[in-house]
Amino acid sequence: VSSESGDSAECVAEEASLILDEMAHRLQLSTVRFFAFTLSKAFKRLFRSVCVNEEGIQRLQQAVQEHPVVLLPSHRSYMDFLMMSYLLYMYDLPLPVIAAGMDFMSMKFIGEMLRMSGAFFIRRSFGGDKLYWAVFSEYVKTMLRNGYAPIEFFLEGTRSRTCKSLTPKTGLLNIVMEPFFKGELFDVNLVPVSISYERILEESLYARELLGVPKPKESTSGLLKARRVLSEDYGSMHVYFGHPVSVRSLAEGKINRSQYNLLPRHIPQKPRIDTHEFLNEAAFRLVRIQEENMVLKPWVLIATLLLQNPDGLDLSSLTEQTDWLRHLALAFGAFLDWPDHETCSEVISSSLALHRHLLSVSAGNVQLSVTDAPQVETTPEEAVFHRAVIVLSCASYRNQILHVFLRPALLAVAMQSANSNRKDDIYNCFNFLRNMFSNEFILCPGDSVQDFEEACYLLMKCGVLQVLEQEIVMSASGHSTLTFLCSVLDPFLQGYQVVCRYLCEETNENLTEREFIPAVRNFTLNLILAGRLKCYEALSSDLQKNALAALLRLKAVRKVKVGDQVTLKVNKIAVNSLEDTLGGKIPTQKPILARL
Amino acid sequence: MASNSSSTAQQRLRIIAGHLQKRPGDENTSVAAHECKAETPRSNPSSSVTPVPKRRQEIMKWNGWGYSDSRFLYNKKGQAEFTGKRYRLSGLILPSLKDWMEGTFGATLQHKSPATPTLNLSAVAPPNLNEPFIEDLKAAAVALSHDPEDRVFRAHGHCLHEIFALREGKIGRVPDMVVWPTCHSDVEKIVELACKHNVCLIPYGGGTSVSSALECPHEETRSIVSLDTSQMNRILWIDDKNLTAHVEAGIIGQDLERQLNDRGYCTGHEPDSMEFSSLGGWVATRASGMKKNVYGNIEDLVVHIKMVTPRGVIEKSCLGPRMSTGPDIHHFIMGSEGTLGVVTEVTMKIRPIPEYQKYGSVVFPNFQQGVACLREVARQRCAPASIRLMDNEQFQFGHALKPQVSSIFTSFLDGLKKFYITKFKGFDPHHLCVATLLFEGDRGRVLQHEKQVYDIAAKFGGLAAGEDNGQRGYMLTFVIAYLRDLGMDYYVIGESFETSVPWDRVLDLCRNVKERIVRECKERGVQFPPLSTCRVTQTYDAGACVYFYFAFNYRGLSDPVHVYEQVEHAAREEILANGGSLSHHHGVGKLRKEWMKESVSSVGLGMLKSVKEYVDPQNIFGNRNLL
Repeated sequence: VSSESGDSAECVAEEASLILDEMAHRLQLSTVRFFAFTLSKAFKRLFRSVCVNEEGIQRLQQAVQEHPVVLLPSHRSYMDFLMMSYLLYMYDLPLPVIAAGMDFMSMKFIGEMLRMSGAFFIRRSFGGDKLYWAVFSEYVKTMLRNGYAPIEFFLEGTRSRTCKSLTPKTGLLNIVMEPFFKGELFDVNLVPVSISYERILEESLYARELLGVPKPKESTSGLLKARRVLSEDYGSMHVYFGHPVSVRSLAEGKINRSQYNLLPRHIPQKPRIDTHEFLNEAAFRLVRIQEENMVLKPWVLIATLLLQNPDGLDLSSLTEQTDWLRHLALAFGAFLDWPDHETCSEVISSSLALHRHLLSVSAGNVQLSVTDAPQVETTPEEAVFHRAVIVLSCASYRNQILHVFLRPALLAVAMQSANSNRKDDIYNCFNFLRNMFSNEFILCPGDSVQDFEEACYLLMKCGVLQVLEQEIVMSASGHSTLTFLCSVLDPFLQGYQVVCRYLCEETNENLTEREFIPAVRNFTLNLILAGRLKCYEALSSDLQKNALAALLRLKAVRKVKVGDQVTLKVNKIAVNSLEDTLGGKIPTQKPILARL
Repeated sequence: MASNSSSTAQQRLRIIAGHLQKRPGDENTSVAAHECKAETPRSNPSSSVTPVPKRRQEIMKWNGWGYSDSRFLYNKKGQAEFTGKRYRLSGLILPSLKDWMEGTFGATLQHKSPATPTLNLSAVAPPNLNEPFIEDLKAAAVALSHDPEDRVFRAHGHCLHEIFALREGKIGRVPDMVVWPTCHSDVEKIVELACKHNVCLIPYGGGTSVSSALECPHEETRSIVSLDTSQMNRILWIDDKNLTAHVEAGIIGQDLERQLNDRGYCTGHEPDSMEFSSLGGWVATRASGMKKNVYGNIEDLVVHIKMVTPRGVIEKSCLGPRMSTGPDIHHFIMGSEGTLGVVTEVTMKIRPIPEYQKYGSVVFPNFQQGVACLREVARQRCAPASIRLMDNEQFQFGHALKPQVSSIFTSFLDGLKKFYITKFKGFDPHHLCVATLLFEGDRGRVLQHEKQVYDIAAKFGGLAAGEDNGQRGYMLTFVIAYLRDLGMDYYVIGESFETSVPWDRVLDLCRNVKERIVRECKERGVQFPPLSTCRVTQTYDAGACVYFYFAFNYRGLSDPVHVYEQVEHAAREEILANGGSLSHHHGVGKLRKEWMKESVSSVGLGMLKSVKEYVDPQNIFGNRNLL
């Protein structure tokens, strides 16, 4: 590195040691004990119960003895890594060192405390900084090679504001796999951990963030203020330690390790294209495992139904439909935690009670509504805003189960818009949708045929479809299921359409990237106020970003760098036709893709 | 001039003195080299007569390693013993070997897997003879045979699957006849006739190949003729001024060494197979000897090679020590594994016999420290003639071969040593490992050199552990092949393989390959934990040679050889993935052919192929090795 930058070696060494100081963890058991004590108090206040799969812990215990372990928890809340360390401490496992975002470090005192309980800090973005990258990856690898503590980091990179799994990042994954690629370790065990909350601490915070209220900076005073949450009930929490995934078996036949033979191993090497593909694929697989192991609560089902019925449902039909949905979800392989000895209505009423701040129950009618909003007269905009907070909060619960319904739902929508029973037409539609939404959901790249077949199989199993040689036919009893599945995806379809419409109608020539989100938000808000749009989820900045990313990927929109700003150049014809296809106006998309 | 001639005179004097010292049969007065080498046959009643007869089966096993009279067996008391008179270990009881076999493999006396005692001649397919070729050969007065025993003997090397099949009495494709040329011109005639009559020639030297190099290709339809070089075994001349010797290539290692010793010289080339392997074989496989740190590998030793190819004879025009005349043609010959022709005569460097030889050993607390020490020794370029680092399993293996001690005092001393190392120095007996050393040279230098090496070792926590341990370490490599036959009598199969690897990867490679072996065995249903052990056996400036032993108890497996091959295959993949080479000195043969392209790039392979196409367009040398 020193020769490249032209600085003296000493300079570089000094800088490197500064970086190390900034980054390094200092694991101290006393701090851990202190944390363990306070956390156990806090956790007892917050949660009714914390459920851990004991056999997962045992598997972990074994894995730790065999090879270095990397823990990959899902990231929904700040609680995640506190809980992880706490659990490992309680189960007498080696405490992990955790890659945490730099912003924690700036918290006075707490930053140091976290550091002493095993966190090390990384800058959020250091794409260009070679020295930082070198020091950082060497630091992580050294910890891994010496193998005294498991490493923990979040594949998703950041907390998911929507409770959907985020597209995984591969940088850190590459770093922890490299010692295996280079033969420095026989194997590395990756343990996906799924952490799910019955109620998320940050739920309304996230919703507000999605609506454009900036994320509060992590600070000690903020944490103190957050004490208020201690007095509330957040239901139970589930931590599921998945089966360890061996990097060796993942990479078998995919990575030719001798590619690392010709360069001394301490010299950092950029991953080659095939390595990159492998990393990406592995990351998706791991996130999928996280999703599948995510424990789902009854409320998730209820939230799904309530979102589809904005005008509310009466309690009895809610009960009936939840029960129906429960069976459907189970048939699709959902990991549902449904209390054993309670009747359906009891389960539902207790779920409703836990989430009472999101809904109103009047005369047997359950409805999503604003409960704790100020009663003073508000502007229509504010009313929409409050309503949206509720809807988005609720959506974050529905999102937890999306991965179960996703593939069948894509198929259902494809069937609806294909206007034909021919298998390849439907597949084309399916593929188009899948492609469109691959920034939104976890859809492993290249698995499209597999996903299609899985969807067909699941729906066939439930008696919804008959899959023939050339055709796919809906069976008599399948209508309600298909309708349900279509409406699961409906908010996303509508949301994407809104973004497309905005880009077609509103844009001026020099729309910058930064202006995009607020502009779409305004546009959407106006549509809602005008009564032309009922879908509040379209306001979510997450959805808008994903839609833009998809359009960029499909090359309907281009980024052009002008000076400091990045402007978006829109191919209106292309965007327009995409919008039409999403709306189901044009049955097959083949000619459209050709036009792109 | 004066000083020059006086030094020459002195040299001559020394050689003559060497002659006098080394009267045959007078063992006790001979130099240390002889005294302490377990591997050298004790007595050779008729050193003038060739020790390798045409009918090798008369003195050697047809389905196992080495001499018929030397083998491990369990005697009536159930104790392991080594028979015969040839080796230092011969006739001795090895009390701890049985326990070691049981402890390591779970191989007990109750479960025996004996070999077919005699060769079933009816299992040998009748020879596919090329009559005109035979007639011409007879006219040229070349000795030949199509006796089934002779043919079977030359159909195999010593790969596990080859020996295993023989023990089961299974005979595959064997050569259709054997010819014994006695000199270079005989070979020229044979090759010429082979071209004329289109028969396939497979050169055969010592038959110690472990790369399936001697297997007859199944797809070969022509008559296959095994060209046994053993009768070309003379030293043609010795040049005292240039310290070179011109030798026929069929001579086997121990004869060459013995005959040179008689004249006060040695080659210093001592591969573990030197009792049986031939000079031509060394050249054809790029062999390496354990004392290469002083004498060099075969490519450093060879000055001139004569090889008969279908195109004619290839050789250089002078004996200059180095030339810049384009790519060195020797390097097309060395490592050609019998695909281009027959090496008939070799001029090689010789050295005066070293005045003093001393074994030694160092115990390290763990393998990592040991490797670090070897690396430092290599960095300072002060490696003794041989330095090897055995891992813990191999160290224990070595201990299992300790003969019964004669006196209480020795056993007490051993106990004391053990106590000192494990208790006083705190070495964990399950981690410690040992480096064995062999120093050569004049006495003063050896002692000085020894001190230097021990000083370095001390920096890495090494403790000197005596000559005896060192010597036993070297003995192990000579008897291990005999031991495999014992193992095979009791359901244990195994083999060795080797690689070379840069220094920084040595530890990682050793660990990963050993672990891969253990894991693959488990996955393939091997019921007992395997023996998976390694040693760093040669040091170079930029890396080291690593040697693995792998063996397991195959009781309960239906196709043990297949399992063995799968595991070895996986182990080789692991070696390549960890930056190791395809082979350091065993060669490629047919066993490792599939990785050649990956190893030398497709252009490299194409180069070799085009050489083969030019030299041997008819594929007369059709053993199908390497390419």
